Formats: sequence, structure tokens, C-alpha cells
Amino acid sequence: MCCLTQSVKITSDIDSVRSEIRDNSISVIDVRREGDYKQDHIPNSVNLPLATLLSDDSPENVLKLVNSMGIDNETPVVVYDDTFGALASRVAWTLEWIGHSNVTLLETTYSNWKSLGLEIDSKIPDVSKKDHSMNLQSNILATSDYLESAKTRDDVILIDNRERLNYLEQHIPGAMSLPYRTLASGDKILRSKEDMKRLLDNRGISGDSEIITYCGSVGTLSGLAYYALKSAGLPNAKLYVRSFKEWKNLQKPTIKQEDANYWDLSAE
Amino acid sequence: MLSFRRFRLQHGAYGTRMTSDYAMVRVKLPAGEIYPKQFEKLSQLSEQYSIGSAHFSTRENIQLHWVILEDVSEIFRSLAEVGLTSREACGNSVRNVMCSPLSGVCCDEKFDSTPYALATAKFFLRNPMAQSLPRKFKFNFTCCEKHGMVRMVDVGLIPEIQQIDGSEQKGFKIFLGGGLGNKSFVGHQLEDFTPEEDLLYTSIAVMRIFDRLGDRKNLARNRMRYLVNDMGWEKFQNLVLKERAIVRATQSVVTRLKVDTTPNKIKRPLKISDETGGSAPDGYARWLKTNTIKQKQSDYRSVFITLEAGDITSNQLNALADVIREFSSEGMARSGFVQNVALRYVHEDDLISLYSKLIQSGLAKSGALTMTTPIGCSGTTSCNLALTNSHRLAKEIQRKFLELHLDEDEDLTDSSIKISGCPNSCGQHGIATIGFFGGGGRLGKDMYANYQMSLGGRFDGETMLGQTCLRVPAKRVIPVILKIIELFKENKKSDDTLKSWIHRIVNDSEDSEIKSINDIKKILEPLVVPPTKDDDPDFYLDYGSDTSYHTKTGKGECAA
Repeated sequence: MCCLTQSVKITSDIDSVRSEIRDNSISVIDVRREGDYKQDHIPNSVNLPLATLLSDDSPENVLKLVNSMGIDNETPVVVYDDTFGALASRVAWTLEWIGHSNVTLLETTYSNWKSLGLEIDSKIPDVSKKDHSMNLQSNILATSDYLESAKTRDDVILIDNRERLNYLEQHIPGAMSLPYRTLASGDKILRSKEDMKRLLDNRGISGDSEIITYCGSVGTLSGLAYYALKSAGLPNAKLYVRSFKEWKNLQKPTIKQEDANYWDLSAE
Repeated sequence: MLSFRRFRLQHGAYGTRMTSDYAMVRVKLPAGEIYPKQFEKLSQLSEQYSIGSAHFSTRENIQLHWVILEDVSEIFRSLAEVGLTSREACGNSVRNVMCSPLSGVCCDEKFDSTPYALATAKFFLRNPMAQSLPRKFKFNFTCCEKHGMVRMVDVGLIPEIQQIDGSEQKGFKIFLGGGLGNKSFVGHQLEDFTPEEDLLYTSIAVMRIFDRLGDRKNLARNRMRYLVNDMGWEKFQNLVLKERAIVRATQSVVTRLKVDTTPNKIKRPLKISDETGGSAPDGYARWLKTNTIKQKQSDYRSVFITLEAGDITSNQLNALADVIREFSSEGMARSGFVQNVALRYVHEDDLISLYSKLIQSGLAKSGALTMTTPIGCSGTTSCNLALTNSHRLAKEIQRKFLELHLDEDEDLTDSSIKISGCPNSCGQHGIATIGFFGGGGRLGKDMYANYQMSLGGRFDGETMLGQTCLRVPAKRVIPVILKIIELFKENKKSDDTLKSWIHRIVNDSEDSEIKSINDIKKILEPLVVPPTKDDDPDFYLDYGSDTSYHTKTGKGECAA
């Protein structure tokens, strides 16, 4: 198969991560809660709970966190979670945002890693502080102001990654619904490239359009979608990281599917 | 657009209320059979493409609602992986072929009709003769008179055995031309006995007549029951018998149903740990009484799962897959006629641990086999034609009645409550002991959801349509039903059930002070008087809605 654009690596497969850990040639970030991490984790991984990152995700603070995890510009990074890749995606995106160019997601969740009987450890590795440079990639971030003006353009696609009922109840006008559960396949946090392309093609998400993703509050589910798009060869993606929570707080316009009581079809 | 709609319907994707962006995908479960792998796939699909829940219909389909139209093909692909299809689940085709969930285990059946239902489904799926009928066409197989719905469908079949020349001959009692809808009719029995060899020829003959003579112009009355009614039963019957002779004589190759009567393997799943001897959790006795039926096979019971108006979450679908593997000795489940699903061949000794397991996934509610689990069509939750939220009303009634422990009242067990959100009978209100269909009521310029109530419908050997009683506002339905129960209790004879009492009333053979539907109506009338909007604003909101009620409908898809 011929491909003119360079294929971007989005996920790292289990086998190569294991061998790179043995070679000590990557840095692995576990984004679960500290307590879970302390119990056991993938050997040599460092802990960056998502909550820690979110408590201050200014570029300056993120840089500090990255340095303290022993990551410099050249360090290949693999991120994992136990939440179908959504939390890992949010962390990976943040690293990308401050200018780290070599970050991927572990292809599966920590639970699955464990259930496969792969090596785990409770030892916390010693890491020496590194010095990462700051090279802010503003092109992958969408702010509410940016979104508001971009939305009016024909070549911009807006995607809502929350569950269908939440979308029906209220969403940003013009957004299409692509629930985060659609993105995974079996034990993999993302479908195969071919399956992902077909799903997105069916929805008319293809070509050179600029694509902005959002979800409920902090950009986790939509972070996963951001990587799903890239995995299908759609590089022009942006994450509206403050998502619907901010949009609503700013009292910007929303839209609802009217005249139907869809909530009453739910068995929850 | 018309041709796309036909195409969409033929593949099992139905329209959605007030929008053309979404579809409902109706997955057929021939004879109601569903396997663990299929449950797991449906669980996944409901999370990925639907609303995180799926819905059991009254015709052994499982439906995914609010699916984005462009995702429908992804669902087809996934269904095929586990041997399911939605093809010909809508449109003018042979719809899902139903079979009683008790076929094979029913104490009163002559033989198991499941293999015949499955063979019929296979024969007509994708069959050219069934791709463009005047209107949809439905088969219901049953086990016995009591558990089926054979007189309310185009073709209804009860297994029957006759002694012919000293040997036992399998066959069916076949009923034709029944059906529920805007106008409902009770089916007619074709002949005393139809031998099994003639099953397929009869089916083909009936469909050929319908195909040839059915009304393709008047789209509102083109089901076969109208043809039968217009022509008169005797004439139709003669045509079928003649056509059958032609079908039998003129086939170019011998056509037979591929009926596989090899018995299913019944094997009690091995238990890893011995969980017997544990004490029964609270509620077990009530659940055992209202959710399980003894099978003709000794030591086994069929267990019905209580759902609310057929809705089930993706987690519960997964849980059912596990429960089947762990408890059903036939390794599958069967969906039923009343938006429900049953696990059969559960060993008596495993019932307590099954119940404990069901509690964990919120599937252990009681009342599945009683009047406390009403049918509610999807109503305004997704249907273009709906006038009221019948779906939520069914849930409200169930919650209230379980709270009142009405499921434990043996006088009420054989009665039923069925609710449709419009006059078309998807909720099967016409055959309910107490049936409702939705419409709008008005006081001055204020509108409210209002139901027409009928009493005395039934779908057993004495199938009849209910008699119209009076209109009941949505927010008065529960008190009105409770009042009817109260009247029954005051006037019942010692061995009466609500069903038998109402049956006497509608047949003018009751001798207590309540002799007619009109007598009941007079007593109920004070309960249904609308208050002013100022006195009771809630009265003017339909269930599940916080804005004032207005009737609002889109276009139906019957005419496609």
C-alpha cells in the first residue's frame, strides 16, 4: 500500500512496550490514582494521576511535572490508564501540547495487561529530573472563543463524544454525536485503522476538514477521540479541552432534541 | 426518498420521532431464541450506537433506539458476526417468526413447535416471494391455547396431534386473518387439522393470495385481516384451500421446510463452587411465585426476568449472558410476547443462587408473570406516531403496583394491562384485561394526555377485543385501575379472578350490582374530571415531560 503522508504512531503495542521497558528506552506514565499505582503498576512506570495534572494544567506547571518524571525532548513516552484510554489520552495530549513530539498510548488498559499475566511491580522507580523545553502547540487546542468562530466555517467538523442521551438532551449547535464507546474494539482502546476509517467515512468525517472534539468536562473522552481521529489518518484535529462544562458556564448557545422523551427508554 | 425508506425498512431500520437523523434498528430473534454471545454483542452495540439500553419488543425483537442513521451499517456488520439480522424486521415482508417462550417446556403442549418456527423464519428470509407484499406479514407459533397469541396475527399456529390410521400424525391448528391495529380482528381457524407436511404449502398459499388480492392502494387498511374481512371468511378459506392444492401440485422441485427436530442438549452447567445450602435472600419467595413456571420436565423451571416495559441496560445484557451460561441447562434464553425474556431449564436446586445473582444486576424484581408488569409501546420516547408517553406510564404503573405488592395477589395474576401511545396497537391494548391507548384531552384551551380505556380483552382460547369504557387522563390512570380492583374485590365470587369477573361483565352474565361496562363507567366518571390548570398544573404534563402537553406527531412509515 502506498501512502504519501507519513503514518503517525498513536498506540504502542504490548510487546514493543515490554521490550522497550527492558531496554530502558522509554518512559511509561501511569495516570491512575496514587493508591492504585502504589499497589502495583507496569514495571518502571512513573505515576501522574490525572487529578494532579488537572489541578493546574498551565503550560509552566505541566513542564515542571514532565521534568520531574525524567522526560526530556528525546524521551519516547507511553501513557496508560484503566479507563479505556480516556485519561491516558488527556495526559498524552497535554504532553503533546507543551511540545513533546514522541508520545503514544498503550494499546490496552492496565486491567487487561494484568489479566494477560504480564509483569507488574510495586516498586517506585528512581528518576532523575530532566530539562524539557517549552514549545507550545496551540494548533491542537481549541478554546471556547476559537470554537465559536470556527464553528461557522464549512470546513470545520465538531464532534461530541459524550453518551447519546446526554447529547440528545443538550449539545453545542452543529456538533455531531460520536460516543466514546464507539472508538474501542475488544481489548484495544482504539479500533483498527481500517475500522476507524470506515466508521468515520460513514459519518462524512474525512478529508482535510479541521475537526474539533469535546466531551463533558475535562477533555478525557474527547482526548481519546482526538487520538482516534489521528489514528485514522486525520491529522487536523483539535481538542476543546474545557469542553461542554465551560461552554455551559459561559452561557453560550446549546441545542436540544425536542419533542421526544428519550430518557424514558433508558433502563438506568 | 421513498425508495431509500423502503430499502431502510427492508433492512430493519425504522424512523425516529421528529427527526430523520436517527433510526431504530430492530433485531429479529426467530422463535425468541437468544444466546450469550448475542447478548454480549447487543450490550456492546447499545453502548456504542444507541442510548446504553436496548428494548425487548412484543414480537421477540430486540431494538436499538436513537441510532445515528450513518451508523446503521456498522450495526449490521456486528450482528452478522453473531448470527443475528435485522433484515425484514420492518417493511412489507415476513416479520420475525414468533414462538411461545414455553414451547418445548409447556405442560399442555402436544409437541414443541420451535423447530417449525425456526424453519419457517429461515424459509421466508430473503425469499423473493416475501420481499414486496402489500403489507407486513406475521407468523405466531405457540405451545398451547393459553400461552400464545394465535388469533391476533396473520397466521397463528397451535401444535396438534391426531390419530390417523392408527398412527400419530403431527400437525397444527391454523388461524388466519387476525391482527391488532387501528382496527383489530380475531383470526379464523382454517380447518380442524393441518398435517405438518402441509404447513409450508398452507403458508405459501396464504401469502400468494394476500400478495395477489391484498389492497396495495389504501395504505391504511392493507393488512391481510382487512382482505379477509372484506371478502368474508368462507370465501377466503376456500381460496386458501384451492391455492394450497395448486401450490402442492405445481412446484417444480419438491419444496419442504427444513425442520430440525433434534432435541436440544440439556446439560446442567457445572458449578465450580458448591453454593447450595445458602439461605434465600429477602424477596425470594415472592419472586419464585411471580416469576417462575414449572416445566413439564421434572426438576426444572422457566424463569422470567422482570423488565420495565422491555428496557434493559447494556450491563444487564452482559449479566444475562453470564447468568445463562451459569444456570440455563439449554444454554440460551427465549424472549417472550410481553417485552420480556426467560431463562429455561433452570434446575430447582439452582433457583436460590440464580436469584442472588439476579439481585446483583438489578434483574430480580418480582411480578414478571403478573398484571404488575404492563406492556407499554415506545410512545413519545421514540415513535413518530405517538400521542402520549405510554412507555413511561407502563413503568409508573409497575413501580406503584410492586410497591403495593399487587403481584402477590392471586386474583390479579391472569389479568393484563397493555398500553399503546396511539390508536395503532403496538402496545396490544385491545387484548388486555385493562387496555389503554393514548390521545389528547382538552379543558378550554389547555390540553392533557388522555387514554381511552377498554376492558375485557383476552388472547387465549376465547380471544376477544376489549370493550371501550371511558377516557382516563394520564395522571388518573393509576387511581382508576386501583378503583376497578376495589370494585372487583367488593363484588367477586369466591373463585373469581379480576379477569373472570370482567369477562362476565362484558358478556352480560354478571348478576351482582355491576352488570355492565356502563355501570363501571358511571362509578369511575368522578375520578376522571379534569381539574383546572391553576388547581393542578401537574395534571397537564404528560409523564416524563416538564412542558405543557400538546399532541404532536410525525409521519408514520406504514405506507412505505
